[in-house]
Amino acid sequence: MELISNSNSNNQQLLSRIATNGGHGEDSPYFDGWKAYDNDPFNYTENPKGVIQMGLAENQLSFDLIEDWMKTHPRASICTTEGVTEFKDIALFQDYHGLPAFRNAVAKFMGKTRGGKVVFDPDHIVMSGGATGAAETITFCLADPGEAFLVPTPYYPAFDRDLKWRTGIQLLPVVCESSNNFNITITALEAAYENARKANIRVKGLLLNNPSNPLGTVVDRETLRNIVTFINKNNIHLICDEIYAATVFSQPNFVSIAEIIEEENVICNRDLIHILYSLSKDMGFPGFRVGIIYSYNKNVVNCARKMSSFGLVSTQTQHLIASMLSDDEFIDSFISESSRRLAKRHKILTNGLSQLGIGSLKSNAGLFFWMDLRRLLKEPTYEAEMTLWRMIIKDVKLNVSPGSSFHCTEPGWFRVCFANMNDETMEVALRRIKVFMKKQMMRRSNLRLSFSSRRFEECAMTPRMMGSPHSPLVMTPHSPLVHAS
Amino acid sequence: MTQNRFNRTTTLNQQEPDRGTKTAMRIIVPLQGVVQGRGGLVLGSIIPCALFYFFQLYLKRKNRNPSPPSSPDGLLSSLELSGSGLSRSQSRTHLSPRASSGPAYVSSRANSIEKSSDSPYYVGLEKVLDDPFDSVRNPDGVIQLGLAENKLSLDLLQVWIKESVKSSMMGAGGDLNISRIATYQPFDGLTELKVAVAGFMSEVMGNSVSFNPSQIVLTAGATPAIEILSFCLADTGNAFLVPSPYYPGFDRDIKWRTGVKLIPVPCRSADNFGLSLNALDRAFNQAKKRGLKVRGVLVSNPSNPVGNLLNRETLYSLLDFAREKNIHIICDEIFAGSTYGDEEFVSMAEILETEDIDRNRVHILYGLSKDLSLPGFRVGVIYSYNEKVLAAAKRLTRFSSISLPTQRLLISMLSDSRSIREFLETSKERLQKMYTLFVEGLKKLGIECTRSSGGFYCWADMSGLIRSYSEKGELELWDKLLNIAKINVTPGSSCHCIEPGWFRCCFTTLTEDDIPVVLERIWKVAETCKSRS
Repeated sequence: MELISNSNSNNQQLLSRIATNGGHGEDSPYFDGWKAYDNDPFNYTENPKGVIQMGLAENQLSFDLIEDWMKTHPRASICTTEGVTEFKDIALFQDYHGLPAFRNAVAKFMGKTRGGKVVFDPDHIVMSGGATGAAETITFCLADPGEAFLVPTPYYPAFDRDLKWRTGIQLLPVVCESSNNFNITITALEAAYENARKANIRVKGLLLNNPSNPLGTVVDRETLRNIVTFINKNNIHLICDEIYAATVFSQPNFVSIAEIIEEENVICNRDLIHILYSLSKDMGFPGFRVGIIYSYNKNVVNCARKMSSFGLVSTQTQHLIASMLSDDEFIDSFISESSRRLAKRHKILTNGLSQLGIGSLKSNAGLFFWMDLRRLLKEPTYEAEMTLWRMIIKDVKLNVSPGSSFHCTEPGWFRVCFANMNDETMEVALRRIKVFMKKQMMRRSNLRLSFSSRRFEECAMTPRMMGSPHSPLVMTPHSPLVHAS
Repeated sequence: MTQNRFNRTTTLNQQEPDRGTKTAMRIIVPLQGVVQGRGGLVLGSIIPCALFYFFQLYLKRKNRNPSPPSSPDGLLSSLELSGSGLSRSQSRTHLSPRASSGPAYVSSRANSIEKSSDSPYYVGLEKVLDDPFDSVRNPDGVIQLGLAENKLSLDLLQVWIKESVKSSMMGAGGDLNISRIATYQPFDGLTELKVAVAGFMSEVMGNSVSFNPSQIVLTAGATPAIEILSFCLADTGNAFLVPSPYYPGFDRDIKWRTGVKLIPVPCRSADNFGLSLNALDRAFNQAKKRGLKVRGVLVSNPSNPVGNLLNRETLYSLLDFAREKNIHIICDEIFAGSTYGDEEFVSMAEILETEDIDRNRVHILYGLSKDLSLPGFRVGVIYSYNEKVLAAAKRLTRFSSISLPTQRLLISMLSDSRSIREFLETSKERLQKMYTLFVEGLKKLGIECTRSSGGFYCWADMSGLIRSYSEKGELELWDKLLNIAKINVTPGSSCHCIEPGWFRCCFTTLTEDDIPVVLERIWKVAETCKSRS
């Protein structure tokens, strides 16, 4: 029975707009990086010259800890002789409230990862199909087609697809700049809100990613308080994507929005506060598809819960996670060990790079850091960034993610993921960058004879993070996307 | 991006620009022509604007007062999107004492869901959750006959999985035994699982057809499968034709977030609720006259709630119909492995295999929740012959992907063909037995059921027990059954049946000992109904 690849126009008309428009975002040129990797994936022994994947934000550093726990706790799985007695009850359970043990365990875990400073109510926990599903579901609950969310830039590219594609909403950027370390300012928030108002677009909410992807930074208390004031004043929702909450590996501590609204001096309508969470990053479970929506708004909980039918977590997984997250001793040691490993990896890479004259934004969380390659650009434009990026993929054979795909208003920034590879691979990556930088320096010193760009050499030698003087930026009209995280 | 003031307040308008504008234009253009001839520019703009404005108000009001889900003419249902301007009065958010500048506005989808929760289908399910029957621990609880859970063969499943575990197809941590992956996992399922599922589907359909794994998209349950397919095949405001009575869940699963409408095509008891192509044709034409664009026909085979099978002739006629009207066919075959009786089950896939016809418009839905009693694991299947639909659906599975450990578990389970065969055979036998027992029992009470050949339900005619031959009478009986007899059955009106008095009763949650209990409870209520009339 063969598949008919029918190219006649009749066939085309049979599909919906959603099926045929570009909302999935895969047609952007940034796919080249992934394609390059897929065609030539690095393998330490079998393909040592392949492309190293540094564009995937997954946490594989502590998976061995999980595996060990699994081996010593066979009852947590319904596929072992010890656990199989529960099989039929688990298999039959399809209540979209989720297994009570699961919800309780998740609530407890969320409290733990916020330093024990907040208590979460299991009844406000709603499941969804991974973090992707959580983001889309909350959007369906809060906004109608044509309405908008504000999002501080730079932001995770897949938001463009996850929040807009089927929901029909828009994302409006709140511009953050390197001059103040990409902090979110009230001025920027109000400017964005005002622009929306002028364009007659109804803003329904602000989407905050804390800790931030791609920056790897946490939002400080003062800014969080200001944000809460802002959203209350304008009566819009605040959606906090805290998916990287437990990946904080050094000071300052992570402060959750849940903590802020409990503060005495903070005035807040809690019906406007919603938290998105998932176990994909903190625990590093690839493909478990555990997404969590935590809302303080009962209506939203009710609506999201009914929508969760479109992406419930498998009860087998719920059962497993309920067991694991209830093991306090394990979880405590896991969180601290995982942080330690992330900190170590982060330090090796950022130190290695700064010795080569490459700076990055100071960060303390996440599975990546925000690398500053502005001085390597021929000119401060997106075209130059793309040229550099292509060079990095082709010559250095690293897939890093260009800042423009994150809607960064300043060209030259790249996101580098460090938690999805082992130590040897990381060493290889560093070595390749070293070689590349040496070549760059040689090229520039040759150029210096014809141009008088002393500045370039200075920049290449010093590890400081300098703001290079920019000419007015050229903004590209499209919003390119990077596949997956 | 500037938006027309009117467009902002009426979401319906945004979604149906063609329909609204078209009609509006028909009024405005001639009017403008007339007015501009005399009154000039002012009148020429004010009058059409005023008319347009009132037309929007009319549309808004029409959708604000939707008809209840049971109306046979149900083009609108209680799940229709209300204008976002209604959120002010409808959102029941309680303000904290340190409130800000007003109530939190949510989306119109969130508001609409408040209303639908009052439908009998959902009320009944809630009641069972609150007070579930247990023959030992809670003998006075509410007996669940409204949810298709198959408990008849769970013991077999247990044995099956125990053996898989022993023969170390999985081991300790086996379901986590995932090699370190540096690449992302395909959202639409591991290839090995697709192969296993294709093989299983073949087995289920009696090995009369083979399924191609590359035409499979796996989703986290049948619920997202039908929604994803709807997103791919239709735009907001378009419609599917659905023979009624139909599965109540379709109303939410298909319509809610997609904005696609369902047009029921009534089937009659006189035809044993069989599908009538004439009725389909009529419904299509009526829809066309109303300006509704029909994108497809959704059939269930075996059907829910009636349990009918579609024969070869009907399947061929459906294909002809779809080709003639240039629309899709969605065939929900989720109960394919749960057939009993003498009639032969024929899958749409079998028809397509034999004929050289236009397959691009056919899509089959399946899942492991019914035949395999694994609803908790969330495994749904979209099987399509259309490459583009598959490509689009694949991308959408990022929102509804099957959990990896579950995929691993199923790859193991489904590779055991011997166990599959044994399970399916025994399961069918038990279904047959329980069905017969239950139906005979009802017959003794004077309640007849339609002859069904598949699925977990019997479709019972209790019209003799209702006081007034109307939906109201039916719901009164439903209420008595739920609150006095304490059994949750699904009233026909929730299934959009146009003949009052029919009830859907699931028999797979019962043991043989439970049946007399159920029958006695029904009898008590039946007696009170009879004594009154």
